[in-house]
Amino acid sequence: MSLDTTQAPPETGRGSPARLIHNGRLFALVLATIAGLFALQFVLSDYLVLAVTRILIMAVFAMGYNMLMGYTGLLSLGHAMFFGAGLYAAGLSSYYWGTSLPVSFLIGILASLAFSFVIGLLALRTQGVSFMIVTLMFAQAAYLATLYFSRVTGGDQGLTLPTDARSFSLFGAAMDMTSDTVRFNLALAIFAAVLVAMYFVTQGPLGRLFAAVRENEPRTQMLGFDTYRVRLAAFTISGTISGLAGALYGLVFGYIGSAFAGFHYSIEALLFTLVGGPGTLLGPLLGTAVMTMLIDRLSGITTAYLMIVGVILILVNRWFPKGILGTIRERALPWLK
Amino acid sequence: MAEVTLLETRGLGRSFEALKAVDGVDFKLAEGEIRAIIGPNGAGKSTFVSLLSGRIPPSEGQVIFAGQDVSKLPAHKRVRLGIAYTFQITNIYPSLTVLENVEIAAQSRLKPQLFGGAGEAEIRAAAAEAAAAVGLGDRLETVAGVLAYGHQRLLEVAMGLALKPRLLILDEPTQGLSDSEIANFIEVVRRVNREATVLVIEHNMDVVLALADRITVLERGRLLAEGTPAEITANAAVQAAYLGEPA
Repeated sequence: MSLDTTQAPPETGRGSPARLIHNGRLFALVLATIAGLFALQFVLSDYLVLAVTRILIMAVFAMGYNMLMGYTGLLSLGHAMFFGAGLYAAGLSSYYWGTSLPVSFLIGILASLAFSFVIGLLALRTQGVSFMIVTLMFAQAAYLATLYFSRVTGGDQGLTLPTDARSFSLFGAAMDMTSDTVRFNLALAIFAAVLVAMYFVTQGPLGRLFAAVRENEPRTQMLGFDTYRVRLAAFTISGTISGLAGALYGLVFGYIGSAFAGFHYSIEALLFTLVGGPGTLLGPLLGTAVMTMLIDRLSGITTAYLMIVGVILILVNRWFPKGILGTIRERALPWLK
Repeated sequence: MAEVTLLETRGLGRSFEALKAVDGVDFKLAEGEIRAIIGPNGAGKSTFVSLLSGRIPPSEGQVIFAGQDVSKLPAHKRVRLGIAYTFQITNIYPSLTVLENVEIAAQSRLKPQLFGGAGEAEIRAAAAEAAAAVGLGDRLETVAGVLAYGHQRLLEVAMGLALKPRLLILDEPTQGLSDSEIANFIEVVRRVNREATVLVIEHNMDVVLALADRITVLERGRLLAEGTPAEITANAAVQAAYLGEPA
């Protein structure tokens, strides 16, 4: 194209390195975070190592949720159904078929991929408040199904995975799911892999389209994109990561139950993301850590801890609607995406 | 030079309730020209170009683009065929930077599918080129929402350019611009016209006369007149309907 190509090179030259450094800073922060988390096991008590293990897995769930809510701007109230899909697909295959843990984990991921794709096809025909209600209803239906088929799922009581499903061998080394250290490092490895994958998705062309749909969907259509497909891609990735977290949770702690598919878990993913910062890569981890530790401490002091949590959330929403990292991004560090 | 028809409408119409906003318009646009559409307020100009771009579906008639009937295609598919549309009311991504705004458009052309296609460096270079072409080359990292209004209009055009369309539709592009901004805008449109056919809705007659090869006049949804600027300014019916009483 002859259109002012003479002007282009200097602009490109000035634009690219600056933007690479932006992304580079975030990537460096991602790596530093992973390294810092790894070091925690050498300084924290056993109790806290276990708490961090749970935080890491729930943070993966919140990161999946954030993909849809933070990056694409679609607020789902039913993500527990994907967490539950991964949890049940992985747990039930392990319980009934005796598949090894890595295979069960893979089954959990594939099942939540298929499930979120199908639910996305239907739910994304709606927008805004209708979308929230439709996702909520699908999730309630899924939750009630886990109770209805309690002969298979164990319902409320749940199922405890048998002893031979509590370990697997990785390249000859035995991985014992009853060991705190093994659980922590396994959760951290998977958390780190998801975090790095999220970095590349959100900071690349796909993430650009998610942001475009979030910021101005009609404009994005008029630039040639089928925005339904873009939203479906975001929904499917989001549901799959949430399901991956569920599968990991079930297999690491050796227990599956219908509570994990309940409304409570959909709300937790939303809360963790809101507190940490929607549309920031590390927000879900921070939000999960802050809220989990807060609830842990408060429940030691008072049984009315949920009331205090509620008040804190109202305050956060009132004065820091962009969450902790979102507020920092706005005021000081624009690269914190 | 043989005229190649790029876009044609046959009996194109759109009704809103009892109102026929666009009424049986037969229209032809030749490849490479700059065409202005003028007409009094409420003549159906914006509705007409919305029918061309696919933003609203027609009640009747056809739109044929480059020999293909696109009447039933959704807007985003028409964009991919080469019909780019810039909005009358500035419609950008206010919280993203100038470069990010244009990158979305560049990605549509260079990486049309979700997976595969061009790399980031190529998308970025194409976006920077389009931004530079409208004179926004030194504002790439500025957040679009804080740009002056005139620059936001130019950003709209840059997004249209990054699509490298065969037809660029501009809906009242100079509305709200200062005289010096308008002069710059005319230059930008002339440059765009080296690559693309331009269809512009415009109220400012100075801009119309400076740019248009041919002018189409709409009145009450119907095609009133069509011709060169000289023919249109001399047309008695146009003067009566649009320019007011004969001087």
